[in-house]
Amino acid sequence: MALNILIGGAAGQGIDTTAAILEQLLKHAGYYVYATRDFMSRVRGGHNFILIRFGPDRITSHSDRIDCLVALNEESVQLHASQLADKGFILCDSSIPTDDSRAIHIEMTNTAKDLGNPRVFGSVAIGALLRLLSLDLVHIAETLKRHVPSSALDLNITAAEQGYDMVAPRLSEPAGDYRHYLTVSGNQALALGALASDVRFYAAYPMSPSTGIMEFLAEHGKDCDIVVEQAEDEIAAINMALGASFTGVRAMTGTSGGGFCLMVEALGLSGIAEIPLVVCDVQRPGPGTGLPTRTEQSDLRFVISAAQGEFPRMVIALRDQQDAYEQTIRAFRLAERYRIPVIILSDQYLADTTSTVEPFMLTKSAAEREANDNQDLADTTPKTSAFDNGYRNYQLTEDGITPRVYPGHPNYFAAADSDEHDELGHITESPEVRHQMMNKRMRKLDKLKTELQEPRLIGSPKCKTLLLGWGSLMGPLEEAIALLEKDHPGQVSALVFGDIFPLPVGQLQALAPQAKRLVHVEQNATGQLASLIRESTGISCHSGILKYDGRQLSGEEIVSRLKGEIIHE
Amino acid sequence: MSEKSSDKSTTNNDISTATFETFETAWCPGCGDHIILTCLKRALTELGKNPHDVLIVAGIGQAAKTPQYISANAFCGLHGRALPAAVAAKIANEDLTVVVNSGDGDSYGEGGNHFIHNIRRNVDIAHFVHDNQIYGLTKGQASPTSQTGHVTGVQVNGNINIPLNPMLLALAMGAGFVARGFTGDPEQLVALMKQAILFKGYALLDILQPCVSFNKINTFTDYKSRVTPLPDNYDRSDLNLALKTAQIFDDKIPTGILYSVEKPTYHAQQAALADGKSLVKRPFKLSAVKNVMEKLV
Repeated sequence: MALNILIGGAAGQGIDTTAAILEQLLKHAGYYVYATRDFMSRVRGGHNFILIRFGPDRITSHSDRIDCLVALNEESVQLHASQLADKGFILCDSSIPTDDSRAIHIEMTNTAKDLGNPRVFGSVAIGALLRLLSLDLVHIAETLKRHVPSSALDLNITAAEQGYDMVAPRLSEPAGDYRHYLTVSGNQALALGALASDVRFYAAYPMSPSTGIMEFLAEHGKDCDIVVEQAEDEIAAINMALGASFTGVRAMTGTSGGGFCLMVEALGLSGIAEIPLVVCDVQRPGPGTGLPTRTEQSDLRFVISAAQGEFPRMVIALRDQQDAYEQTIRAFRLAERYRIPVIILSDQYLADTTSTVEPFMLTKSAAEREANDNQDLADTTPKTSAFDNGYRNYQLTEDGITPRVYPGHPNYFAAADSDEHDELGHITESPEVRHQMMNKRMRKLDKLKTELQEPRLIGSPKCKTLLLGWGSLMGPLEEAIALLEKDHPGQVSALVFGDIFPLPVGQLQALAPQAKRLVHVEQNATGQLASLIRESTGISCHSGILKYDGRQLSGEEIVSRLKGEIIHE
Repeated sequence: MSEKSSDKSTTNNDISTATFETFETAWCPGCGDHIILTCLKRALTELGKNPHDVLIVAGIGQAAKTPQYISANAFCGLHGRALPAAVAAKIANEDLTVVVNSGDGDSYGEGGNHFIHNIRRNVDIAHFVHDNQIYGLTKGQASPTSQTGHVTGVQVNGNINIPLNPMLLALAMGAGFVARGFTGDPEQLVALMKQAILFKGYALLDILQPCVSFNKINTFTDYKSRVTPLPDNYDRSDLNLALKTAQIFDDKIPTGILYSVEKPTYHAQQAALADGKSLVKRPFKLSAVKNVMEKLV
């Protein structure tokens, strides 16, 4: 089991900091913690909330059923009181008018005022909440230290202690053993993967919900030797990443769908010039400006076909924090090995959700470079011109892969060309060379396909209903399958794609014929995974669970929609 | 396949890479690009640059074919996007001499936003704009610097836009090195190129050149009659004088270095580059990454 806290308030009331402190305290107490953020696109006012779910076991989805509603304003009570579970309570300031019998009014604002700093009211709430959850104050000082300025530390500790004394224990939850785990968001895990891959250059234009990646890398730029450059626009950002990558450093850019639109031409430059590139698209609902701070999985069909012409690319959808770290490392490796653009698809739900995860494996191998790149080559080919001194940037090879050299190599020249070119990198319009070069580039996919990772199967392979999902819906699907196990053991399983383009089809083709029903579950309106599956395999889904209101499906919601659609047939 | 021009033999395998070679070009006879390429080779050679440490970056256009015709490292990118690629290459490997050769359309039109913001960034690169006041590759439409009234196949009633003044714009944005050259004065052009390359920071050299095919107004004769080298006693450190000089573009066009004052470069100010070693040559810092991860426990 798990308990669920909702902290609600207006933008500018500090709920993000309050939640971050609470998450850390809960993890220190040994809990597994999973926190999702629901923010409006505004700096002040409006209604924002954070859901913090915690318990003794792994948690993979948010839940709309809450046990503790921490209401920093009246609106939060009005909007969320109906979600309270049986023994749930509302913790709010005494000034909030509500006659809800479950409300526990405490003096947050006045206590903070009496202490001389109205801003410490969040710490009063934290102290009170700890007591209500039958927890102690052992870790309060070390935790607050990381989130409040040192000049206000003592005051915040006092505020928490006073809050603690205002209430009595209400709920209690057995703890787990997650004290030494990390607390990371999807964006942070992705950025950590980039750090572990020895990324040296990150250029981006700030855009929700991708900005967290840039901020995280910038924070550690000096220590880890990374230049983070805020570009004048996304066109500059991706062209900068290409310029840096051309010199031999690992480079990346990141954005959301709207910014990706601006990057599209340069994606093709990466393809034809064969410059390794990692691009992350942290999806949000479109089109146009859409819903800037909310979630969707609607860029899949766009990113797999973006840019004019045809060139090899790979798209990896991130499924959770662990995946964000590991697949980012893999993205750098594959981009470099095949000299192609690799697109990492994340979304706001994953980007902003913080979760307890086992510390990531950090090894030197993630930073290791392609062994054949920037080497001296056995000079056996006949030279055709002064440009040709034994190395050809686009030499035709069996697998289509040509080792790179970097500018500054003492014997060879590095050349990148967005025009069609010959082996040396010189512009050409020869039909023969064009044909050879297209084939050289496209056949890189043959080898790449041997490295694809099959989707993750959750549940039994011998299920009646097979759910098909991708990316950040893995967690909610995992919870849904676990919930369904009780009433329908072995009947419903899920296949969740991470590698999504080219689409790995082996496991799908093996499982699909056995299942009575295939249901795709996606955060978009048109069923983009379903159409990609149909296109790649001829397999059609029987029905779909689609959501495109900007809010992520929870495990519980998937179960209820599935029951309505299928199980009662 | 490219073919070597006839000035040197290619029959043996003993080709020196210490000199900047030229390849057969696809430019019109009489095009100013030929002279710019020759001057570029001379400038780099006279500065003692090793071709392997030189990176020529371009976007798209006739001028942007320059990297194709010189034996050095080459980055032929997208239309208008030479500058972002060039500055990032320099940021990643500061041991490279990075020169952008691109046209007025590429640099000031399609790439106008990058022009403005890379002046602000002040990365140590040289930007040579082949400015013929017309679009060449697309065959004769108005460019950002085309003069008002210029009749083209698209501007059929004459160009109604105010010409972009690259000198004035660069100075207004705070550029440290702003110069103008002319292909009719190769000696001056080589000197300007050398000083632009040596200048620490972003250096803009706008090079007036005739387009023999598409610009029948701003011909070699037209430019020749108007260009006026700045006097020897011209004060290059006087911003007000430079701003005044930059506004002259009529029967007289001043050429030379309008302004040259070094300012803190990107590399000098970027904390991650502080120790002066090229990013590309630094080893992976596993322990630093480990520290970052530990902070998240």
